[in-house]
Amino acid sequence: MTNIEKLKKTFSDSLGIDKATVVPELAYNSIDQWDSIAHMSLIALIEEEFDIMLDTDEIIDMSSFQVACDILGKHNVDIKS
Amino acid sequence: MLTLNLKNKVALITGSSRGIGKTIAIEFAKAGADIILNSSKNIELINKISKEISDKYGVKVLPLVFDVADSKSVDVAYKAIYKEFKQLDILVNNAGVLESSLIGMASNDIVNNNIDINLKGSIYNIRSASRLMLRQKSGSIINLTSIMGVQGSEGQAVYSSAKAGIIGLTKSTSKELASSNIRVNAISPGFIDTEMSKDISKEMYAQRVESIKMSRVGKAEEVAQLATFLASDISSYITGQIIGIDGGMVL
Repeated sequence: MTNIEKLKKTFSDSLGIDKATVVPELAYNSIDQWDSIAHMSLIALIEEEFDIMLDTDEIIDMSSFQVACDILGKHNVDIKS
Repeated sequence: MLTLNLKNKVALITGSSRGIGKTIAIEFAKAGADIILNSSKNIELINKISKEISDKYGVKVLPLVFDVADSKSVDVAYKAIYKEFKQLDILVNNAGVLESSLIGMASNDIVNNNIDINLKGSIYNIRSASRLMLRQKSGSIINLTSIMGVQGSEGQAVYSSAKAGIIGLTKSTSKELASSNIRVNAISPGFIDTEMSKDISKEMYAQRVESIKMSRVGKAEEVAQLATFLASDISSYITGQIIGIDGGMVL
């Protein structure tokens, strides 16, 4: 499984949404399932899946799936492969 | 006799180079926990304590120098903790300063030091610790407030404000984190025999002792035993509580 697939699966499992709906434009607070409580659980799963620890600012800034991809890139996760 | 067991748990105690913090670290190590020691500057001292604890109790000890009031340093410290242990089960927010002043003479430095170290430091540490604890869906956070935060005290308005803030922090975070099986409680000591409590005048010291119904100052070990209870699974249904340990002191 590529990293982007892993990240999509993490979003889908954590938020309880269909994998097909995890698109770059998927935004925080745009669906009922991605509220602030769900956001913290999502962060915990992303950190665990990719064995990283995000900065507080990155957690606050993670406003969409695309931004999540960009942030993982900064943590040396090759999100394109 | 009740045996408190902290085996397989990892505990961070902030401000653990002396006083109550150091004593809590020793009690936790006795109960089998791996320990992260912290000091804002004294690397030699925490390295020495670290060696003493690991030699005596056979637990893993990681000494970390970081300033709890500096959010960036706190972030870096938790990355180091994650790298070393991959888990954090117990946080004791103990690091603190007591700078006294009448309200009319409270300098900005006194206000900032009291609030930054006592209150902001606790917030920053809970923010980072709760994220590690969320992953494992368990944890115990213990905040050190003070009888002054509960009752108020003349000449300590700023310190009392910071310690009262810790009570709000404890109650709010306990509600927010309970569903993830993370407990948050506060210990509210009265007058405890530490180096910090000796910073006051002899008259004030005597006056304080007179205000204690049990007619003696508390011992750091007594506070540490309460912390061990709150850290252990024996207290698994206790959260959001402010527990006084003051021998019946009245301010």
